[in-house]
Amino acid sequence: MVLRLLKQAWPVLGLLLPLAVIVLLADQFGSISVERSVTEALIKIVTVVGLYIFIGNSGVVSFGHVSFMAIAAYATAWQTCCSALKPITMSGLPDFLRSHTYPVLPAGISAAILASIAAFVFGLILMRLSGIAASISTLAALFILNVVYSNWDKVTMGTASIVGLPTYVTPWLAFAVAGLAMVIAYLFQISSWGLALRATREDEVAARASGISVYWMRLAAFTLSGLVMGMAGVLHAHFLGTISVDTFFLSLTFITLTMLVVGGMRSLSGAVLGVVVISFVTDILRRMESGVSVSGQEIAIPAGSQEVVLAVVMLLVLIFRRDGLTKGREFAWPFARRQSISETKHGDA
Amino acid sequence: MLNFIQVLFDAAALGSLYALVALAIGLVFGIMRLINFAQGDYLTIGAYALVVPTASVTPPLLFGALPWPLMVAGVLATCIIVALLTERIAFRPLRNANPATLLISSFAVSYFLQHALMLVHTGRPKSIAMGSSLAQAIDIFGVRIPGVQLVTMTVTVSLLIGFVILLKKTAIGIQMRAAAENFQMARLLGVRANKVIAFGFALSGFLAGIVSLLLVAQTGTLDIKMGIMPVIFAFFATVIGGMGSLAGAALGGFLVGVTSVLLQAYLPPDLRAFRDAGVFALVILVLLVRPKGLIPSSASRERV
Repeated sequence: MVLRLLKQAWPVLGLLLPLAVIVLLADQFGSISVERSVTEALIKIVTVVGLYIFIGNSGVVSFGHVSFMAIAAYATAWQTCCSALKPITMSGLPDFLRSHTYPVLPAGISAAILASIAAFVFGLILMRLSGIAASISTLAALFILNVVYSNWDKVTMGTASIVGLPTYVTPWLAFAVAGLAMVIAYLFQISSWGLALRATREDEVAARASGISVYWMRLAAFTLSGLVMGMAGVLHAHFLGTISVDTFFLSLTFITLTMLVVGGMRSLSGAVLGVVVISFVTDILRRMESGVSVSGQEIAIPAGSQEVVLAVVMLLVLIFRRDGLTKGREFAWPFARRQSISETKHGDA
Repeated sequence: MLNFIQVLFDAAALGSLYALVALAIGLVFGIMRLINFAQGDYLTIGAYALVVPTASVTPPLLFGALPWPLMVAGVLATCIIVALLTERIAFRPLRNANPATLLISSFAVSYFLQHALMLVHTGRPKSIAMGSSLAQAIDIFGVRIPGVQLVTMTVTVSLLIGFVILLKKTAIGIQMRAAAENFQMARLLGVRANKVIAFGFALSGFLAGIVSLLLVAQTGTLDIKMGIMPVIFAFFATVIGGMGSLAGAALGGFLVGVTSVLLQAYLPPDLRAFRDAGVFALVILVLLVRPKGLIPSSASRERV
């Protein structure tokens, strides 16, 4: 019984355990900068798992998901940030936000829920389209949100950064939220809705013929992924303590998509592995850009190399291993053979 | 009234520019189902080819120092070579991938080109003194039209005519249309895939070169991100016009440019900042009403 549960939960546990070890090591022995890198990577895991819930299960590439991060990040900023300055800098806010400050936990939860509501509303329109048209309209949605938030000066301070959010995100908190995101994603993917959606990914026509509503399945996944993106947005905001519209735009879209594609967009393990690999590579490159000393000599690679290398990695994976590092599989239960033997014995007895 | 005519000219000029970029995107999409984001970076690279790579804000001229026919030829050649290289290295191995993968890969190519350019030229915007004679306004019946706008419109119209002749009358043009109609069938009938696709990319590079010259003549500045907005608008224009339909791409580009200028001119001042959101919303609206675009082509059907 316990074993069966364990086996069923393995795709998530098998990912969480190594991550827990990494967090523990970083927490105990790492310098502050290592700790920050690990936290950042964990937040990226939440983001990419959010992307995966929709893209991985439906097979429709979305370029608009980081907008939901922005929505949640701003929502939590309105509730928790800078009570003294808010009435002046964000005078257009409704009174209950402008003159009140709320505790961080309800603020974070309500912000993530707002993001999922936004995803639902956008999804009502966008999910009517399919294939490449759907991808393009998610890109249009990204631009619409960017334009609105960049120019809605009285509420979002335009393109200026909002500073002074409480920074409460520790590596362990980020780890907990990443775990939660992975559990949500896994439960969705093994649920009947998730299976139906994966069927539409493999063959839309056949799935329709079997009575699956592509529209509602996609909308459900879109809304759920909006919620997880919202969680990522809240973490992001309270990790850095500052937000601006342009952090949630093409660059972030590109990096998170790269992570998903490199890991393998058809499995949860792929989403997580992609983040770990790409975060590791970019972190090393970033350190090299700021200069490392090799045998007494200061060597730095020119700024921008990080992005160039990322793009090359992405292209190489697309060309030579199109299904990503995991090839779209989940982590397998490592004791599969022994288990099957003992099961047959049971059967015999 | 005069003001209205002026606005119309602005609209037509911007529309022409977008139509040219949209045409390039439409050409490549028609043949290989690739929405090429890197189109914007071709034109950025073309524009940067005018100057010597330095960190200076007012850099010395490279191609920009040549007499203008050579300068134009230099920029066009640069864009065409870059376009062909990206096709050969990045897109050819992915030719049979699905459109979503292709879209992501063109995103990656664009990201690569943009940051590679930044490595060479640094990220700061530069100014360049060029085409000052074009900047003078010409007075026609009391309407002042900047010379650049006239040039843009003339170039667009003549290029469109040239394209129609190329596609309808020449062998390679007919092969391209055949490939856009049904790639498999065209190959079976002896159309050489590599040649047709490479030609499509060369044409898109050519168009990128033209647009980059027109843009630089208009603004006199160079920016690493200068290609992004034109290509995004043009990209949406091809969607509105009908993916894979060249007439649709040109029409869509025109519509997007015109809508953008009209919204800018006639929206109440408070809402003007949100102009672009209006244009993007138009895209979603058109897709909802006519998922295949205004002028659908056979290319917009998903291949089973």
